[in-house]
Amino acid sequence: MILKLKYFGMIAEALDKEAEELDIDIINVAELIHYFQYHLKDINFKIAVNHNLVDSTYQLKNNDEVALLPPFAGG
Amino acid sequence: MSLSEKEKHRYSRHLLLDKVGESGQEKLKAAKVLIIGAGGLGCPVLQYLTAAGVGTIGIIDFDTVDESNLQRQVLFSISDVGTNKALAAKNRLEQLNQFIKFNIYQEKLTNTNSLQLVNQYDIIVDGTDNFSSRYLINDACVKANKPLVYGAIYKFEGQVSVFNYKNGPSYRCLFPEAPEVGSVPSCSEIGVIGVLPGLIGTQQANEVIKIILEIGEVLSGKLVIYDALKASQFTVAIKRNEEQLNIAKQIDFDSYDYDYYCGIKKEQNMNEISAQELKELIQKEEIQVIDVREPYETPKVEALNAINIPLQTIPQNMDKIAKDKKVVIHCQHGVRSMHAIDFLEQNGFDNLINLTGGIVMW
Repeated sequence: MILKLKYFGMIAEALDKEAEELDIDIINVAELIHYFQYHLKDINFKIAVNHNLVDSTYQLKNNDEVALLPPFAGG
Repeated sequence: MSLSEKEKHRYSRHLLLDKVGESGQEKLKAAKVLIIGAGGLGCPVLQYLTAAGVGTIGIIDFDTVDESNLQRQVLFSISDVGTNKALAAKNRLEQLNQFIKFNIYQEKLTNTNSLQLVNQYDIIVDGTDNFSSRYLINDACVKANKPLVYGAIYKFEGQVSVFNYKNGPSYRCLFPEAPEVGSVPSCSEIGVIGVLPGLIGTQQANEVIKIILEIGEVLSGKLVIYDALKASQFTVAIKRNEEQLNIAKQIDFDSYDYDYYCGIKKEQNMNEISAQELKELIQKEEIQVIDVREPYETPKVEALNAINIPLQTIPQNMDKIAKDKKVVIHCQHGVRSMHAIDFLEQNGFDNLINLTGGIVMW
């Protein structure tokens, strides 16, 4: 399944890219969170699919646009 | 609240607008807005709300102006260095508009003062720079049912939203969990481009004005992420989450420690165990292990035979936790388990041990 990923803030920095397409064998958002927790260690983030915030049970579909959103603290 | 002739002249460009007019300007004059934090975000918010004629403006900040603030905190001058920010902001803003009433609070926002403060205003603006304050402000606004205009920045990117507006979602509906210790640095640690808080703060000021005037579409149920390097923005829809709103409503300000929740402060007397010690302990005696992560989180360690009780559900599941033997609580990195132990110890448990560094140390 192809996922169009978008990264923000410290996630884009940690992965050294702001966007990419991944061909990945993943069914739902929980699995995607696992996949990224391995790469992102302790960076906290929420997932939006096609511009909607989703929870971990959300079933991903081919060509979904998936954004990884970290919280920002600064002011 | 009618306008004097001087005020009509001052606000004449607003009065010319169909969507503002005299009645809109009177609404601005009657409005009371509290700005929490007079820093990078707070300065542009304060400047535009003062210029626009918001009648009563509260400013709370415990900090003093430092020379390194002047790169982005545009209300302050060299002569303000060392002065409290709320006071310096008021002194500057009084030069800008004599028709505004300023209430300043040269103190930290705390569990004790937050509700009483928030209750005195119609709209709250978050211009703080740390998660403890952001969760505290959110929870106080949920409890007091006040709209919260949120802004936050990171290097070249900023987030804006309006929470708790007409039954819309709250900050916890977007980010239910505080980040782990040290995972999100502040501007003072990592830097920020000076114009960014200006861009985000003026968007916050714009949302405040729309709420007061009841015009346009308020940015409720949506998070905008602005990228200053690309001049582009990305919008995400957020839904109201009743469970998270109930957490905010039920938090007891008399006992809840936001610094602790956000991992800034560690429990002094908590019993800790390393992964290696735990491996030895399970060989020696029968213990109970509780995993407070969400069910989908891995790795799972079969040897521990852990009972899964996600952190948020602990209050309803305390009867599942043993009192007659040692209980080791773990999560991924050892922070959520600390919160769990803290909560349980307040509820009479004295047999709990935290797995230092979490299950990733196994």
